[in-house]
Amino acid sequence: MTAPRAAGPATAAPTAVVPYFQVHQPFRLRRYTYFDIGVDARWFDDAENERIVRRVAERCYVPTNALLLRLVEETEGRFRCAFSVSGTAIEQMERWAPEALEGFVALARTGCVEVLGETSHHSLAFLADDLEFRAQVADQAARVERVFGRRPTAFRNTELVIDEHVARTVEDLGFVALLGEGSDGLLGWRSPARVYGVEGCERLRLLLRHYRLSDDIAFRFSNRAWDQWPLTAEKFARSLAALPADDVAVNLFMDYETFGEHQWKETGIFDFLAAMPRAVLADPRFAFRTPTEVATAHAPAARLAIPHPISWADAERDLGAWLGNPMQRAANLALYALLPAVRASGRADLLAAWRRLSTSDHLYYMFTKRTSDGDVHEHFSPYASPHDAFIAFMNVLDDLERRAGAAAADATAAGTPPAGAVLPPAPARAPDPLTRPLPPPPATPAPGAAQPSKRSRRRVPRGG
Amino acid sequence: MRVLMLGWEFPPHISGGLGTACLGLTRGLAKVGVDVTFVVPKAFGDEDRGPTRVLGCNEVPVEVDEDDGEGPRGPAAAAARAARRRVLAVDSALLPYLSAEQYAARLAALEREAAEEEERAAAPAPAPAPVEHPDKARRVSVAKRPLSFAGFYGPDLMAEVERYAKVVEQVARAEAFDVVHAHDWMTYPAAARAAAASGKPLVVHVHACEYDRSGEHVNPAIVAIERAGLAAAHRVVAVSHFTAGILRRRYGVPAEKLRVVHNAVTRREQREGWHVEKPAGGPVVLFLGRVTFQKGPVYFLEAAARVVRVLPDVRFVMSGSGDMLPAMVERAAAMGLARHVRFTGFLSGADVERMFALADLYVMPSVSEPFGISPLEAMAQDVPVIVSRQSGVAEVLASALKVDFWDVEDLANKIVAVLRRPALRQVLTAGGRAEVEGMRWEARAAQLATLYAEVAA
Repeated sequence: MTAPRAAGPATAAPTAVVPYFQVHQPFRLRRYTYFDIGVDARWFDDAENERIVRRVAERCYVPTNALLLRLVEETEGRFRCAFSVSGTAIEQMERWAPEALEGFVALARTGCVEVLGETSHHSLAFLADDLEFRAQVADQAARVERVFGRRPTAFRNTELVIDEHVARTVEDLGFVALLGEGSDGLLGWRSPARVYGVEGCERLRLLLRHYRLSDDIAFRFSNRAWDQWPLTAEKFARSLAALPADDVAVNLFMDYETFGEHQWKETGIFDFLAAMPRAVLADPRFAFRTPTEVATAHAPAARLAIPHPISWADAERDLGAWLGNPMQRAANLALYALLPAVRASGRADLLAAWRRLSTSDHLYYMFTKRTSDGDVHEHFSPYASPHDAFIAFMNVLDDLERRAGAAAADATAAGTPPAGAVLPPAPARAPDPLTRPLPPPPATPAPGAAQPSKRSRRRVPRGG
Repeated sequence: MRVLMLGWEFPPHISGGLGTACLGLTRGLAKVGVDVTFVVPKAFGDEDRGPTRVLGCNEVPVEVDEDDGEGPRGPAAAAARAARRRVLAVDSALLPYLSAEQYAARLAALEREAAEEEERAAAPAPAPAPVEHPDKARRVSVAKRPLSFAGFYGPDLMAEVERYAKVVEQVARAEAFDVVHAHDWMTYPAAARAAAASGKPLVVHVHACEYDRSGEHVNPAIVAIERAGLAAAHRVVAVSHFTAGILRRRYGVPAEKLRVVHNAVTRREQREGWHVEKPAGGPVVLFLGRVTFQKGPVYFLEAAARVVRVLPDVRFVMSGSGDMLPAMVERAAAMGLARHVRFTGFLSGADVERMFALADLYVMPSVSEPFGISPLEAMAQDVPVIVSRQSGVAEVLASALKVDFWDVEDLANKIVAVLRRPALRQVLTAGGRAEVEGMRWEARAAQLATLYAEVAA
């Protein structure tokens, strides 16, 4: 592997192109009824989860991993990218699609692919429970290190949600870069293709998604009504070349399932991806970089204030997709209200189940807005309706509450030590590498050095 | 564009979705500039029908359009719309959804009524009040009516359908129109004759078919009439994709002839509902409709039995009458639900609205429901709704819970969820109200106007 070469006449640093792919699978629930409460502790639909992860592995993960590996090799490391792979996705691949996970590991080993940090369960814990958020982040960091061989240094929150609180917490945990949505509301006249700081943070760099160019690939690629259809690698390279000269980092963030799942193979998406890196690299102005590389190479162009959470979902780029209606808010409230009891039960299995319920997809399935966005949600929901999603989720919570209460009562009766004592060590309490100062990442990765890989993010939960 | 429409009486004269739909469509058509001559069967006394009458046909004044808030307002606009609608009542004992047995019973009732009238007329009595409305007109002088109604109306249902067709054919010869449009099977023979006599295209509108009403135990004579009407039609309008599917599969109607025009809601149904003082006690889950095979009352009881196991204070109310009502009363008792289930019998008009206002949840577990307007009436009164997926209305509603009618476990689970989860209720009622307000007959009428232009061209 070679370091990126400066092609053409030596100029200022090249403009970075930063592809990042989100990989996530939730643990979907069974159609759990009110009559199952207290009777049946099988909350999750293993058959369905297995079916979906295998399908997505076959259509997307396995072929795309192979293609990206080939691109890294053929460009001698000049093609670089990042992934986030949620803890639940890793767990599902370990159980049901190990060949897909091996592909990600192989990519990470090239040193050209960074794996990002995130919450282990693709949760919205940062909103409700700081301790839980930190625990899930630490859990995921440990998992990424175990699976991919390197602790993450760049962070992306669930569905790319950022605000100042998230930024400060993430900086406190030792990350150097945070990924976010380049929303118009946040940026105003500013370009998404600059590196920013965040109000209240010292070292943390913010990388913002270039939504127009990202969505050209993720959403519009197969849209025949789009005036740019069909999108070719050359056309895409021309769009890049048309960007202002002072843009330093074009962040192409998208669901990994864009390749082969959202955009089917028949649309030509794989041909596009295969040709894109060389088309981009043909212009000496551009070089591929990973988020940590970009964050450490540039001083912030400005410090942004982010008082309200911003996500990459839907037209509003807010949290409406997860907490927009009364069902979603009631479900989220009930979920976090249950957390103390689950902790107090001392039951690792209940905490594990609770964490799977904290996956934001469950809330996303309850989205009710009927718009073109609503169609997107419906497409990815395993439920016939958002109401059905709410009904099953609340029934499971009731059951979990009952079991947590019973376990706590048993523990009290047996005189066992107080709640929490028999919990598995919470990752946050383990000696936490995230709180150690990180060695300054090299501005240019040394040849052959293992590169932190990024995590992929996904736009919407996928379902059957 | 002038349409000769063979339909059914408007509410409140009859119950059922058919009259409601006819009212909504004709009002909507008037607003989109279509002239409608609306022909309805109606049992009259033998009163003098006046010079405008054409062979058993009476012109009925169109009620002044209540201001329903749609389109131009004011009496002038309402009068202009009314001018686009004429209603002709043809003397006939037909009612929609009538079985052969019910027809015989109806004839007997009409005869009894006539005999009583005659007795009264024979006795010295004050002169009858001036006629204001055909309904009241029926009350007066029957002396010239042959005592045996069977001698005037058809001796059985099929004969009456045929007699009605002959009369309508005569009506059609005296009218000018561009399209004939018929609603449900009893009017198909009449419409086919009217179309043939005039050489105008025929549109057949299916609100329900025999397979909806009777499952596999269909009346072959009715199916034969339906088939003939569908075959004669230039276009077939189905009230849902669900019904269109049945028409394709069971009747072989070619897809290119089929169009789907969903039903909508009139402003009357959208109006703020009754606010009643709810009696003390647990929440009320309501079934309201004909207690027949088609409406799935048995699944309502099966779900009730499951719900009361976990929520013992819930009250289930079954409103309506029908051939399965006695069996349902017995079944509820046998299932140990006597404390939990109440039967109100048939409700109409304001009682229906009051019942909705009392309900915490409306359930429509229909086995086969071409459309189903009653859930919309419930939603208009902020009552959450569960409908079967085997209904046309399920196609157009997002803010309703949906179940397969046979899945009583799922139905029970969803009943409990609505009663136990306030957030779910809130989303269903708020979303439901918004959806109902968005369903306008005018938009449906515009679809029909396009279709008329297509066939008349």
